[in-house]
Amino acid sequence: MASEKRPAAFWPLALFFSAFVIFLYGPMLVIVVLSFQGPEGGLTFPLRGLSLHWFYKLAEGLGVVDIGAALQRSLGLGLVVMAITVVFSVLAGLAFRKKLRGGNVLFFVVVASLIMPSIIVSLGIGLEFRLLDAALKAVFAAWGMDGTLSEFGTSMGLLTSALGAHLTWTLPFGLLIMFAVFNRFNPTYEEAARDLGATPWQGFAHVVLPLIAPSVVGIGMFGFTLSWDEIARTSQAIGDVNTLPLELQGLTSTVTTPSIYALGTVTMVVSFLVMGLTVGLARLLERRQRATP
Amino acid sequence: MSANNAVSPASSSLPSGRSLAPWWQALPLTVVFFVFFVVPLALVLMVSFWDYNQYELIPSFTLKSYSAIFEGCASGADLCTTFKTYLSTLKFSAMVWAITLVLGFSVSYFLAFCVRSSGTQTLLFVLCTIPFWTSNVIRMVSWVPLLGRNGLVNQALVAGGLVNQPVEWMLFSDFSVVLAFVHLYTMFMIVPIFNSMMRIDRSLLEASSDTGASSWQTLWSVIVPLCRTGIIIGSIFVITIVMGDFVTIGVMGGQQIASVGKIIQVQASYLQFPLAAANAILLLATVLMIIWALTRLVDIRKEL
Repeated sequence: MASEKRPAAFWPLALFFSAFVIFLYGPMLVIVVLSFQGPEGGLTFPLRGLSLHWFYKLAEGLGVVDIGAALQRSLGLGLVVMAITVVFSVLAGLAFRKKLRGGNVLFFVVVASLIMPSIIVSLGIGLEFRLLDAALKAVFAAWGMDGTLSEFGTSMGLLTSALGAHLTWTLPFGLLIMFAVFNRFNPTYEEAARDLGATPWQGFAHVVLPLIAPSVVGIGMFGFTLSWDEIARTSQAIGDVNTLPLELQGLTSTVTTPSIYALGTVTMVVSFLVMGLTVGLARLLERRQRATP
Repeated sequence: MSANNAVSPASSSLPSGRSLAPWWQALPLTVVFFVFFVVPLALVLMVSFWDYNQYELIPSFTLKSYSAIFEGCASGADLCTTFKTYLSTLKFSAMVWAITLVLGFSVSYFLAFCVRSSGTQTLLFVLCTIPFWTSNVIRMVSWVPLLGRNGLVNQALVAGGLVNQPVEWMLFSDFSVVLAFVHLYTMFMIVPIFNSMMRIDRSLLEASSDTGASSWQTLWSVIVPLCRTGIIIGSIFVITIVMGDFVTIGVMGGQQIASVGKIIQVQASYLQFPLAAANAILLLATVLMIIWALTRLVDIRKEL
């Protein structure tokens, strides 16, 4: 591409690309605008006044659904998924740099989990916990623990089956990012640290980790946002309570007011906040890394 | 994701010596995938051979669920429900695959070969990926005010005198399902294809044009073959997602369109787990065949 003139295809393709971006963002923009409808407004244009009416309605709850509680559950789960995804991915990424027996099998399983239709994974985890419940109940009955038996509901839940379901979706992304990072990683710094007498832990904490920190922050963002929006893998693997996207999916067929757009705006704001925080943090880490000699 | 000057392959950077055993470092990840992926899949296979009644699952070895799925398929006169559903789901996969491939390839081509400054390139690439991190359901819902009976598109069509009555087929139809799939998942094509394109040595393109190839010939004989891996990875993503989907087809089809994933979901909600499991195994076999046909010789690990 050293030539001075733009290739002939440039303008048509630029136009095409612009149209694609409008296609991506246009609808999202529309519902953000519509969520600020006045109280008389409906699901479509025209916009009848501007107000926060539908956000107040949302805060009061939609039908029987407690949006605030669902939001809290999803936030909590997202944070746990994020933390585990970061730690487990970085550890496994380090492991794969060395000779790892069975590494190929593990890698195959991880990729398989990524491209496995989510409904199958979800069904499997749901079955696993149902069978576990049955086994636990049998054990309680056999040991005469009647009190425990009558109180016991299910082992399925937000931080057991749903957490596991989310991890099968976020960890593959985390591990693949670690592969991409270490494929481009220049080991000379690390060798220098070792030659200067650093222990493996010192080498990791003071040399490797600062160098890969921006990518690690990126893994955290993948972990949170993928969990925050996850439906398919959660659907069969959650007990009595629902996460926010699951509630949202149910609401699409029942709610006929702009409240659902207000909910959409709120979840979008959370997603964008997380993205903004990530970019900011990654920048900060990079700058710090450059500043230190 | 767009930087491509690989310094050295991972295998040559072996930090040796007293480092912690890699086995311990890989253990947490291994445990997660064993407990929440390998065991569940094995259970799905096992339960697909079980029996059930209204109250409980009954361990046994029976092909009842499988024969229930294919009931009436042998008569041949009319297509049975299972075949119909698979055909419909395959049809969606093929359409979405073709559209996302063309869109994804064009967008990647523009980014990789038409944008010169690498800063702009990164910016535009990120612009394409941001929606991936927002809620899928919201992105589906966002088509309602546009495509509905009183939506923007209909308002424009009626005002422009193109139609007399609002068009009804745009929402809760095959059209809206495909549109939503394309809207949601073109990103899965753009990222791997763009990644492949950025690895193409630019001197190859110059050599191609210096030896007299037209830009179409360069595109078809140089760029496309060199993007093969990216195209295949993107295709696997898009096809497996659409094959197993029940959320998008449910929401955008107004809960009226059948899909394989939907069948599994409904059967599981009625606690007919052996049936759902047998259907899941069938779906898995179908998806694996498609992937096998697509790949064969691609080592994903080399592409990162």
